[in-house]
Amino acid sequence: MNFIKNFFVKTEPLVQKGAKYRWMFSMHEGFFSLFFVPKDTSKSGSHIHDSIDLKRTMGIVVLAVVPAILFGMYNTGLQHFLAIGEAASTGFFEIFIYGLIKVLPVIAVSYIVGLGIEFVFAQMRGHGIHEGFLVSGILIPMVMPIGTPLWMIALATAFAVILAKEIFGGTGMNIWNPALIARAFLFFAYPAQMSGESVWVALKEGDKLVDGFSGATPMANAAAGNINFSISDAFFGFIPGSIGETSTLAILLGAVILIVTGIGSWKIMVSTIAGGVVMGLILNIFAGSAGLSPEVATYFSMPFWQHLIIGGFAFGAIFMATDPVSGAQTDKGKWIYGFLIGILAILIRVINPAFPEGMMLAILLMNTFAPLIDHYVVNANIKKRMKRVKITA
Amino acid sequence: MSEVIKLRKGLNIKLKGSANKELETLPVPSTVALKPTDFPGLTPKLLVKADAVVKAGDAMFYDKYHPEVLFTAPYGGKVVSVNRGERRKVLEIVIETDENAGSVEFTKADPTSLSGDEIKEQLLKSGLWTFIKRRPYGVIASPNEKPGSIYISTFDTAPLAPDYSFVIEGEMDTFQTGINALAKLTDGKVNLGVNESSAFSSLKNVEVNSFAGPHPAGNVGIQIHHTAPLNKGDIVWTINAQDVLFIGRLFETGKVDFAKIFALTGSEVEKPKYYKTVLGAPVETIIAGKLILADYKQRIISGNVLTGTKVKSQCYLGYYDSQVSVIPEGDDYEFMGWATPGIDKFSASKTFFSSLFPKKEYTLTANLHGGDRAFVVSGQYEKLVPMDILPVHLLKAILVNDIDKMEQLGIYEIIEEDLALCEFACTSKIKVQDILRTGINTMIKELG
Repeated sequence: MNFIKNFFVKTEPLVQKGAKYRWMFSMHEGFFSLFFVPKDTSKSGSHIHDSIDLKRTMGIVVLAVVPAILFGMYNTGLQHFLAIGEAASTGFFEIFIYGLIKVLPVIAVSYIVGLGIEFVFAQMRGHGIHEGFLVSGILIPMVMPIGTPLWMIALATAFAVILAKEIFGGTGMNIWNPALIARAFLFFAYPAQMSGESVWVALKEGDKLVDGFSGATPMANAAAGNINFSISDAFFGFIPGSIGETSTLAILLGAVILIVTGIGSWKIMVSTIAGGVVMGLILNIFAGSAGLSPEVATYFSMPFWQHLIIGGFAFGAIFMATDPVSGAQTDKGKWIYGFLIGILAILIRVINPAFPEGMMLAILLMNTFAPLIDHYVVNANIKKRMKRVKITA
Repeated sequence: MSEVIKLRKGLNIKLKGSANKELETLPVPSTVALKPTDFPGLTPKLLVKADAVVKAGDAMFYDKYHPEVLFTAPYGGKVVSVNRGERRKVLEIVIETDENAGSVEFTKADPTSLSGDEIKEQLLKSGLWTFIKRRPYGVIASPNEKPGSIYISTFDTAPLAPDYSFVIEGEMDTFQTGINALAKLTDGKVNLGVNESSAFSSLKNVEVNSFAGPHPAGNVGIQIHHTAPLNKGDIVWTINAQDVLFIGRLFETGKVDFAKIFALTGSEVEKPKYYKTVLGAPVETIIAGKLILADYKQRIISGNVLTGTKVKSQCYLGYYDSQVSVIPEGDDYEFMGWATPGIDKFSASKTFFSSLFPKKEYTLTANLHGGDRAFVVSGQYEKLVPMDILPVHLLKAILVNDIDKMEQLGIYEIIEEDLALCEFACTSKIKVQDILRTGINTMIKELG
């Protein structure tokens, strides 16, 4: 490894201020610190520091997404072969490889575009690369339908990184979750391409669909008053949907990693699910009320827990709502923030069928309100302290 | 005794090299020094020049803004040099010790028979006043103010901290005398923070509060917060446990005696144990020949690894410290360090496999293990501060220089040591203690 180290150490003077290759400073710092933890030692304050850094933190999140990525690849292949009626005659590895070939370019585009923009901004600001996009870069493909054209992925990524993150100051400063902004951008900018039945399945020209195959997601069907998905398929993830969001099981594996390592807030996960359950139950209660159209009434009466395994609910609760930057930051605030996400996600999903993906909108909405929630939690702390003064005075 | 206050939040950092309970008395060092830099916010006015002959307890300098607070010679001898730094700032006043120089004579009396004012005067003249600090802010107490009460923590939970029941063991009566003197300075009580089955619980003239839990349970600031939290306008005084002995000895003998025990600790020390020397002794006298011979750099710290000061061996020990820690500097690159399983990497998080072995002791270096970042992770600091305080919001209030918010969020209740663990654990390597001191300095400047 010494030759890599020597290379970076020797080239370091070339990227300093005023040197010839200054424009490569951020890139140099980014790759050097990726390979080697810097030798900098404490100059003031605490002499010892925790071994954790942002690279480790983000690395753990990416690790937690891996089960969902791998399953997403398999399911991409599976849905393709189901659509053309060859699923039964195709082997496991062939299915997986097909999905791998389809999904890898999406991931590559997301990282290349996103990191490229990050490098440019870091260089403009004269600091090193901050790691936030390591996670956003994998979450963006996970929430995209496999049929999304690559240029749209690139456009959405660029939009999210520049307008949702960099203009606010970069990693740690953004108001909304960048990955969801990318998804929302496509959802509203290209509604025709991003909905319907064909976007969820990877097909190429000339593929012949078998009779009776519908690429519609269980959620789209449910919104149309047609609840007929298999519970086990929805839980294990053998259903059409965005690349990484279909398998509740794979997402739960990720949740275990996030909770055990303490990187993801279990408070937000639990409260989001609780919010979803509560709203599901409320809808169940009102399922019989007059004035509901038959489709909506059917969706109302869907058992509350089934909401947790379809659509983007599980993925959002585990990987998106728990984003520490755009979410609530106080311990009490996290409970409120998560709970309201759960409530709103199910509410939007069921009441307004034009927005089947309620989870995305619910999280973005609560991202917006997270500072307000924190404000009240902080004020409560202040009030308690002020009250103390009066008692003793 | 009142019931035990159990604290759940916090973290014990288990380092290699804790001191064995074994005491060696060192010969009187050839030089001792006072360092005005040990006192934040002090502007020293010198009272002696080079070549002056002083006795132990003779005034050396005073604080420009509190002329009655004198800083006195820890040992008699000849002032050999006044070392200055940039802009002629006084860094060290060095005394060549002389065993025959003697001490200044002060009143020898049982403090219970003296009035509060008499005790105050004696402490100011002898220089022992400088050991009394005030909260808010953790600076030397002003003689003009009346504290609501006085707090002393008799145990230290910081990494490798000395065991005060061992340090004070032989001088319990002197400790009691010191407490009796302090008790006269307040209308309130002298509060003693003790841990489980502490020898200090049997002391008289004090209110004993018992605490259990991980670091920072031993910090006096945490103990104040859990007995009578500070509000705007409240003042309490604090003093380190070992420094109470100086006061006790003064009243028992009529002379100052700055003999002090230091724990020499850390993974780089061959046989970590306790050494008895004098306040202001050179670091050299304690560490000479006692460190592991290494082909890498070592960092010597006066104090503990969380709050201490980096020193060189020719420097002098810190005024308020009771400990010297020596750890590896760790100034080299580590290949893919952030991605390793991390069996031997200590972390407050659970992201390394080391968290499966909670009892293991670690060698930690001074390496930062990562680059500076903005606040990203949330909830990390809150787990380490056993107080009803929102540390991140307080720090952000300081960063934007919002004095009202600093006050409302509890800046009166904490000093650097109380948030030192946050700095240790911070994923984004934020300089918590520097930020907090900036905020405290702003408060002192704006509100006095």
